[in-house]
Amino acid sequence: MPVAIDEEGIEEALRKIAEELKPIVSGQTTAFIGLKSRGDSVAERLVTLLAEDDSAELFLGALDVSLYRDDLSRFTNNPSLQGSEIDFPLDDAHVILVDDVLFSGRTVRAALDAITDYGRPKKIELAVLIDRGHRELPIAPNYVGITLETAKEDHVKVFLDTTDNKEGIEVTRAE
Amino acid sequence: MNSAPKDFLDIASFSKEDLTSFLDNTMQMKEIFTRSVKKVPTLRGRTVLMLFYENSTRTSTSFEIAAKRLSADVTNFDVPRSSVQKGESVKDTIDTLEAMRCDYVVVRHPMPGFAKNLAGLTNMSVINAGDGQHAHPTQALLDAHTIREVHPELEKKKVLIIGDVLHSRVARSTSRILDKLGAEVAFLGPGSLVPKHSKFSRFTNYEEAIAWKPDVVYLLRVQMERQTAPFFPSTAEYHNLYGITRERLAYLSDHGIYLMHPGPFNRGVEICDEAVDYERSLINKQVENGVAARMSVLYALKPQTSSFIIE
Repeated sequence: MPVAIDEEGIEEALRKIAEELKPIVSGQTTAFIGLKSRGDSVAERLVTLLAEDDSAELFLGALDVSLYRDDLSRFTNNPSLQGSEIDFPLDDAHVILVDDVLFSGRTVRAALDAITDYGRPKKIELAVLIDRGHRELPIAPNYVGITLETAKEDHVKVFLDTTDNKEGIEVTRAE
Repeated sequence: MNSAPKDFLDIASFSKEDLTSFLDNTMQMKEIFTRSVKKVPTLRGRTVLMLFYENSTRTSTSFEIAAKRLSADVTNFDVPRSSVQKGESVKDTIDTLEAMRCDYVVVRHPMPGFAKNLAGLTNMSVINAGDGQHAHPTQALLDAHTIREVHPELEKKKVLIIGDVLHSRVARSTSRILDKLGAEVAFLGPGSLVPKHSKFSRFTNYEEAIAWKPDVVYLLRVQMERQTAPFFPSTAEYHNLYGITRERLAYLSDHGIYLMHPGPFNRGVEICDEAVDYERSLINKQVENGVAARMSVLYALKPQTSSFIIE
């Protein structure tokens, strides 16, 4: 049976993360950096939810980790580069990395390497819309929208308005 | 790209979509130059070998910086002092280099087709950095990217290439990529140095060529060192007939025409001193974009050497 989460489920998950982040960002400067693709859309929506608090100074950036991946030699084709947009200083910043799905943790590892090439943040945390388990590295999220029980071979696909013109999460079970 | 190419030999081997993908990645590579650490770990543990049978400080330096910004190790194979001079065959040289676990070879050679021959002999990725009068495809890529920066839509843009078109691999590769991307190309030069049978417009008179209303004027270098049998009487005459003089520069400026040159330029021959500082001169941009374009090529290729396991 395929598990599916609809538009409302995604909205609820985003609000849950935002609630947890409210006291963290209040009166502070926080840099949200979304991992392309889709992590950047998730980050943008979190920032929109948190922007109600005038005391919070929020920066929004996007990071493409393609050039930092440790598995490029296994790809038959390298991914097209989508570009990073980080136009604020990261030295001593509080950075929250944002991604749609947390799986092996390899993208996050690559992102940590990339971030240090832009500067030296005082703290880096991780927020994910979905944690589907099966980590291959010692990486844990600080903020999670939905925790999904999956088999390692399952496919979890997130659709967002900004990239896919529809909203939802689909889990295709391995045969 | 459907499947990643092993080699980068000439523009003709790639489709418009492939070339657009190289150009899009070139644009993204430039972002790296703005960071505090101007280097990414993409090719960590890979080795790029520079095999230059012809001198070219600019191109080899550009490739070397590109490889290093991607964290590859770079080795120069010293051709003049190597066993190539002792009569070793190309196949034996290349086997030796592959045995040293190199992954990429950047090659320049006076013989057309040399890079292609080499590619057939090795699992390493071969990048053509100029083979005789045949091709210089990374120059074409950086030229196309440089024009895209000022004219994002290349379709129907007009580029006038001036000089010794006949003997120029730059003219050959750059005209080909611009054509594939939908731009219009015309050649201008002495009748003896402009091909009579090509798909592009041909001019031998500067005023007629400029009346074609180009968006970009691309000057080729007068190869002083190759003028053993001169195709034109003197450099002063060349300057008067085909060079960018002060008067012509004023016209380019009034009409918003961009100026390009692959370098190194000869002042007083292809261009006057003032043209070097012209506000729409893209010459320095070309140099900067050369590094990014070469990074894009190194990123896209897939060597078949043992360090690349393809599942």
